[in-house]
Parts: sequence; structure tokens; C-alpha cells
Amino acid sequence: MTTPLLSVRDLSKDFVRGGGFLGRAKSAVRAVNCVSFDVFAGETLGLVGESGCGKTTTGRAVLRLIEPTGGQVLFDGQDVLALSARDLRRLRRQMQIVFQDPFSSLNPRMTVGQIVREGLTIHRLAEGAAADTRVMQLLDEVGLRAEYAGRYPHEFSGGQRQRIGIARALAVEPKFLVCDEPVSALDVSVQAQVVNLLQDLQRDRGLAYLFIAHDLSVVEHIAHRVAVMYLGRIVEMAKAEDLYREPLMPYTQALLSAVPVPNPDAQRQRIVLTGDVPSPANPPSGCVFHPRCHHPQKDEACARIVPPLEEKAPGHVVACIKQLPTTVTWEAQQAVGGTKQPSRYLPVIPMRG
Amino acid sequence: MADPLLAVDNLRTWFYTDAGIARAVDGVSFALAAGETVGLVGESGCGKSVTALSLMRLVRQPGRIEPGSHVTFEGRELIGLDDEEMRKLRGNRIAMIFQEPMTALNPVFTIGDQVAEVARIHQGSSRKEAWDRAVEMLELVGIPAAAERAHEFPHQLSGGMRQRVVIAMALMMNPALVIADEPTTALDVTIQAQILELLRGLQQKFGTSILMITHDLGVVAETCSRVIVMYGGEIVEETDVRTIFRAAHHPYTEGLLGAMPRVGEKRERLTTIPGTVPPPTAWPTGCRFRDRCPYAWERCEREHPPLYQVGENHVSRCHLAEEPERRVPHAPAVEAVA
Repeated sequence: MTTPLLSVRDLSKDFVRGGGFLGRAKSAVRAVNCVSFDVFAGETLGLVGESGCGKTTTGRAVLRLIEPTGGQVLFDGQDVLALSARDLRRLRRQMQIVFQDPFSSLNPRMTVGQIVREGLTIHRLAEGAAADTRVMQLLDEVGLRAEYAGRYPHEFSGGQRQRIGIARALAVEPKFLVCDEPVSALDVSVQAQVVNLLQDLQRDRGLAYLFIAHDLSVVEHIAHRVAVMYLGRIVEMAKAEDLYREPLMPYTQALLSAVPVPNPDAQRQRIVLTGDVPSPANPPSGCVFHPRCHHPQKDEACARIVPPLEEKAPGHVVACIKQLPTTVTWEAQQAVGGTKQPSRYLPVIPMRG
Repeated sequence: MADPLLAVDNLRTWFYTDAGIARAVDGVSFALAAGETVGLVGESGCGKSVTALSLMRLVRQPGRIEPGSHVTFEGRELIGLDDEEMRKLRGNRIAMIFQEPMTALNPVFTIGDQVAEVARIHQGSSRKEAWDRAVEMLELVGIPAAAERAHEFPHQLSGGMRQRVVIAMALMMNPALVIADEPTTALDVTIQAQILELLRGLQQKFGTSILMITHDLGVVAETCSRVIVMYGGEIVEETDVRTIFRAAHHPYTEGLLGAMPRVGEKRERLTTIPGTVPPPTAWPTGCRFRDRCPYAWERCEREHPPLYQVGENHVSRCHLAEEPERRVPHAPAVEAVA
């Protein structure tokens, strides 16, 4: 196997709250908890989960847009977390980000041309006429007309602004892009344009994407592999087709079954989760999902043992001690009060009727 | 439909802006039977939300419901009804559920007070009666420990719980019609499933009609029996939910269905609708979709298409109804200018 372009190990991020002037006790919220994954060149890793699961924080911590609390990030062999500010800036040429909100992520006082050109200037990639030509090329590449270079962001629709954001990211010729909900603010028809554009760019430039989204259907469409996050942890990761065909983590099963299917005749079994996602300030013990879990073998052991992210099928890792096979032995589970033997639980989730 | 609960006839809501007259809703007619759930579908700027606000008579300046528009609800004409009468109707016979539950609730009153207020205003209930009824309603919409939670403030609840409170307020007076404007768009998918399940259950129990305004065709498939598709301030297609997914007629509907990635149906490439929605101050002449349509021909520029009958209970605003042999894709005219 080739070495990954990006390799993340045990990445964590704590947000400290309280402890201010009025002296509320300090407490840390662990937004990202020991997350590990690889992204290979030319590959898209989808990162999905619901609000507050830590997916956006993960994306930003990888780029050091927020400083991680712990862990390791290797990009192209370089230790990202050990870099000086200067070296980090240099590395940012290789790693760029496309933000969710096309309305707040573009400077309203700069023209489209200036926005796209800024990276070229900062990284001294092109100047003068050469830079102008490059800006035109980039706009063309993302499907915008060259004459738009002189206009301001407010003159554009959401989809077009997102294209501008992509052109800006591509200007410095990165190898890796973090796409943080890049299409979720867009209408369906425009969303499809941007998804297709991202796929074309990947094919033409061999880009790698960390594609962060809450929309499972978009992620299935664009990602080669998918990681599912819940309360700061990756709870399942597999090739996209495996994950969508046979989700093994009960949370993923519920998540997939909740997606509304655009087919009125679809026969499906829906797993409706009870309750809300617990607060990350006070996560449940053991498996963080256990209070809402529907696995029939759930028992006391789930509240006591933190499930390791382990391989249940080739290339398919899952954090669940009740889903066979598991390295957490039945004896070990019984020792902490387990009463139900692990099994292979696959509720039928037919996607099509 | 013998005697529809709601009949909208030639509704036109225009906004008189500095940039010109925005014809946000431009001649919309449809009807809703008692107990029916109808989806009103379209993308940003198609006029679906303004349609909803017009039905509730909540359009603000510089917007105006134009003369000649009619909305008949339970046999009464709502356009021209005085404000006092309209207030009696709102929250009582017609209720609305908004997209963002945080802004729909008042942050300084407890949720119990806010739900109870509905009964105090419309029924003149006593404080105690109204509170008891509110707690009952909160229980019904699945707020755990409702009697205690009723004393909490909106910020103490999660998004899903807040939307349940909004639903409790909407259903308090057992309205005949609920207008739900993107009721689950701000929610996570597992919470969305809970809320849709709740709405379905409550509808069966009370026989409420729901006008479901959404951009999500998945939500439509799961909740609605009939669908109205809007584009450019007009209805472009209307039929039952099965037909829309199996045999959509209008090229815009076709485009929407193709653009949507679907779980379990991986395709190499999504089909797209080129360009963007034109501004409502300058709808194109003829067919408003023609600039983005893969089939458009000269007639589409010349002639504004009427709603053609293309099947039983199926209408479509497209000249293909008369010239079906033209359904051969070619590149659309030009990409709409920003």
C-alpha cells in the first residue's frame, strides 16, 4: 500500500470554558477525541455526523486553523503540529479549505479577481500579467466567466460564490482540500453543479479531499471512504459502498435509516432514535452511543467499556463491543456486568423499494 | 374536489422594490382538501414561502397581495378580511410551523406560558386551564416530563425539542390547516425523522390538513399525497406523489430529481440544471425556465405556457405537452448572468 498523503493519529481538541473573570469553575469540553484516519492522494474521505459531533473541528484542527490539544498530523511526511508559523504558512499552499457559507467566507470589499489572486501573491507564485492570466484560467476552470474578475461577491448567487471559494483554494495548487459542508447552503440543482465540479477537479488534478458533510446522500455520491463521527469520536469507517450497504455500528444504521427516501413506495425499516445527542461536556461513560443504542445485545458492559475502533470486515472498522467479531472478549464483558453475548446485528435497511 | 378546505385562486404577491417590481408569487391557484397533506416544492426564490405568508396574510411592506387574488378558507374569503378577524383565524383555524424554532419562540417566556397563551387568546381560558392544556399538548408532542419542562425557557431545549414546542403551539386549537414551512430543514437527520413521524401521527389523530413547504423531495415522498412544484413564482407542475417520482413531466421537476443524490443509488455523475434562478424582478418572457431548459425551442420564448393537463390529476406548465416529440435534450441557451 502507498503511504497516505495525510495521516492523522489520536487527534484531540479540548475547548476550555469557564474560568473567566467571574470565576466559574474551569471545565474542558472534548470536541474531538482521539480521532485517527488517513487520506490518500486523489482520494475523498467523507466525514459525516450530526451537529456537534466534532467533524468541523476535526477539519480545522488538521489544518491548524484551530490548535489541536493533542495527537499527530503528518502531511506528505511533515509533522504539521511541530511546524513553526512560517513553515506552516508554506505548507498551507498544499492544504486549503472551502468553507460552508459562501456569504461570509468571501471578503465583500475585494473583487473576485483580488480574492482569487491573493494566494498567488502571498505565496509568490505569480505577479502582474502572469497572475492575471492565472486568475482567468482559474475562473474558467470553476465555470465562471473571466469578466467576473472585476465584480464583487455580493453580485453572485450562492453557487457562484462557492465556485469563487473553490477557485481561491485552487490558486495555490494544493494537493489536499478540506471541504467543510461546501454544498449544504446551496439549492439542489446548484449543489449538483458544485459536486460535479469538485469531482472533475479531483480527476484532473489528483486532489485529495476531506469532505465534511451532514448530508449522507451527497457523501455517498462523492466519497471513496467514509468515517462516521459521534460525540467527538470516529465510530465507523469503511469504503463508501461497504458502509452504505452494510453499516455495522448501530448509530450508522440509525443515521442511514433516518434519511428521507425520495420514493413514495420505498419499503424500509426505520430505526427512530429516542432522545437527543448528549452534551459533549458530559459524555456518557463507556460507549458514548449506548444510552440511545438499539442493539439488542446492549447491556451494562456497554456503559463500562470504551469500545476500540476495530476491524469487523476487511477495511471496515467499527467501535462496538456487541458487534462480532470483537477483541473485547465475552469474559471481559461479563467481568464488568455484561449479560448479553455479542452477536452480528444487521437490521434490514433497504434503501430502495 | 367537492368543497375544498382551502382554495387559492390567482394569488399574486408582488414586492415594490427599488430594483423594480418583484413578482414573487405570480398567479398561483391550487386547492387543499380536508385531511390532505400537500407538498409545495421548489428552490430558493421560487415563491413557496411567500405563498405561505400570503395565505396567513403576513406579507409585509413593500409586498402587496394584488387585486384579483382570492384565498377561500372554510368557505370564507381571506383576502380583504379585516385584521381583527384574521387574527382570530391565525393560530386557531390556520396555524404555521416555521423553519427556525429558536426565532419562532419568545426567549423570555417559559415554553408552558407560550403554549398556554394560545388557549388564553383564542378561548379565553383561565390561566390554570390554559396551563394544564399546554402541559397536555407538550406531552402529546413527546416532550419528556412535560409538567416540569413546561417551566423551562426555549434556550434550555435542543433544536428538536423546540420544534416540538412550536408544533404543540400550532396544534393547541386543533386547527383545520397547518402550514409547515421547512419544518425539519434546521434539524439533524435523526431528529428530522422523529419530527416527521410526530407530524404524521398527529395528522392521523386530528385529521389536520398540512401544506408542507420544503425543498427536500425526500420529505415530500415520506409525508405528502400530492405535490405542487413551483418555479419563478408560478406552479409548474402538480400531481400525486407517485406520479411526480415516476413520471414527472416538467423539465424543471425532471432536473430537480436528477440533481438529487440518493442514498443507495450511486451514479457516476449528477445531472445538473445549468445556471441559476432569474431574479423575480425580471422573469424571462415566455417560459420562465427556458434559459435553463435542455429542450427549449423558439415557442418557449414566444409563448408563456399555460398549465396543460398531461394526465389524470396531472398538470404541467410546459409546451412539451403539445409537442412531446421535442423532448430531445440539447444544450440550454446560455448560462444565466449573475
